[in-house]
Amino acid sequence: MYRREKSIQIKSSASALYNNLSVLPIAEKCLTYFTVVHCNVVNMVSASGDGLNFSHRQLQSKEGSIAASSSLIIQASWCVLPSRVLLVLTSQKGIQMYESDGSIMVYWHALDIPETPSDEAVFARGIAAATTLGHYICVGTSSGSVLVFKIPDKGANIILSEVLEEHWDPITDIATETSSSKEYIADIVSADDSGLLCIWKAGKDFKLLKKIPAYGCSCSSVKLWCGIVIAGYGSGQIRLYDALSGVVHAEVNAHARWIYALDIAPDSGKLLSGAEDSLVRIWKLSKSPESHTVEIEHQHTECVTDVQICGAKFCDPEGSAFAVTGYDLSEIIRYTVV
Amino acid sequence: MEHSNIEFYEKQLSTRNKTRERFCDSSTFIRFLPLPLEQQRRTERETFPQPAGRPASLVVKERVCWYPVCKPVSIFLKDKVQNSNGRFVLPTSGPVPYGTQIPGLIRMFNYNGDEVKKSEFPNGGNYTSPLQEGSFDLYGGRVLKLGTNMYSVSRPVETHMSGTSKSSASHAKENAAPNPLAKEELNLLARLMGHLEVKKTTGSESGFRVNLFSTDEEEEEAAILRPSEFSYQFINIQATQDQQSNEELARIMGEFKEEDTVSQSPCSKGDDLLAMMDGL
Repeated sequence: MYRREKSIQIKSSASALYNNLSVLPIAEKCLTYFTVVHCNVVNMVSASGDGLNFSHRQLQSKEGSIAASSSLIIQASWCVLPSRVLLVLTSQKGIQMYESDGSIMVYWHALDIPETPSDEAVFARGIAAATTLGHYICVGTSSGSVLVFKIPDKGANIILSEVLEEHWDPITDIATETSSSKEYIADIVSADDSGLLCIWKAGKDFKLLKKIPAYGCSCSSVKLWCGIVIAGYGSGQIRLYDALSGVVHAEVNAHARWIYALDIAPDSGKLLSGAEDSLVRIWKLSKSPESHTVEIEHQHTECVTDVQICGAKFCDPEGSAFAVTGYDLSEIIRYTVV
Repeated sequence: MEHSNIEFYEKQLSTRNKTRERFCDSSTFIRFLPLPLEQQRRTERETFPQPAGRPASLVVKERVCWYPVCKPVSIFLKDKVQNSNGRFVLPTSGPVPYGTQIPGLIRMFNYNGDEVKKSEFPNGGNYTSPLQEGSFDLYGGRVLKLGTNMYSVSRPVETHMSGTSKSSASHAKENAAPNPLAKEELNLLARLMGHLEVKKTTGSESGFRVNLFSTDEEEEEAAILRPSEFSYQFINIQATQDQQSNEELARIMGEFKEEDTVSQSPCSKGDDLLAMMDGL
């Protein structure tokens, strides 16, 4: 079903962080960009379509708009908006936004760090773009708040438009509706360490549509496709929920260890899951319009021997290729469909 | 050339054995955990194979610079829990953690919450049911091995060692949790043979009666000869003193003492006892 391709070597290994791989395919230039986080550095590789040429760049965590920092970067992700693409980095100190090739930093937001250090860690995590009724980028924090930034079509005039306070635990992941159809009301889903999921409608004022309670396990990765919330948990289970009603569509005992990454290929409904058990699995989601039921079937499993998977992403909207990173592994492993 | 290779590591070990700090050599991190030096040398030879024709010291330094990631060499290598490239083995078999289900089941529901479809998929491994949850109380079974002493289990010595391996192997065995009853029996035996200091026991346990003599009359005779200042509850066997008065016991004691070797360490006492019991 899938064949392993030549890996891309990266300058440093991948840290054991959730969703530690971001992929940006640039069809018109026949390039694919990858980012992998390691400590206070983001390794960015751009790979040519033929898989022969690579160029590397490293982005550092910052303290303020100029000074380089040793604070840890927690996540790096591209946000695709209709007019521009921004690369967002979240760290223990704040949020950095760059042009898509990482060349210029356009925005810095400092996190509120208490004067006296408390037991709780302070960081930002969870990055997603929302494009209905305006262009926004949502970033989660360790306090549970979700920061909503309003993004202009071009330039650096980015402002913090709203702070959403419905979570009480550190945000783990935020996802945006990936299907191209306009019929779905829910735009954004946010997940936290306790396993609580919040569904939002984007706009000048974000509206909370639904809260899906935790069932006792941390949710490390979440995706939204055709009104279906797909959540991966520390128990190794994947659950599919209806975004508006919160009804459970399916429960999958998917992995034997903590799930670290999920990705959905919006054009085909393929789902990719990667976990600490060294396995990467491909699933197929299907929605039957008459009965409104959602089905999920297992399609394929790849074993990356003795590697804790920490990042997994499809490289195209159809899901014909995907890439995987592993903890302490200095390469991006790629697979293509045969 | 081999010597300079070993000297290089010996120097690192002597400074780093005291602490277990990460060591940075140019762009790499290598952590050395204390290992018997003999084993350390053999492990290093195995993990750093020397290509022919190049000075070993140079090769070692080059290889130190090549590895960009953490390569701790530890006792886990022997347990096959760690590979020789430093990566830990992640088995796709064995029990799943508490709170996790064995992968393979998909359950699908309708809008009312009723299960409408069930399907299974091959999980690609050989997983078994989770173990019970470990106790979070101050005292209680933890179930997992995390936090336990990784040096307490005896290991078969794979690398070929000359001479002294036998004593170190039995020394390690001693740390395995002993059966308390067996321990008591051995203590009694040792006491009887006069190896341990005579201790006053708190009285014979109910249901356990030792008769060292072949007849009850002999036991009574010994009881008469026992110094009267000792209270009736205590069993005080002074084999050395009674040797003259009881010929039979003296004969048995003599048979034991033939193979006896005088030694001070408690480890070899255990050895002697076991060796003697094997010989009987």
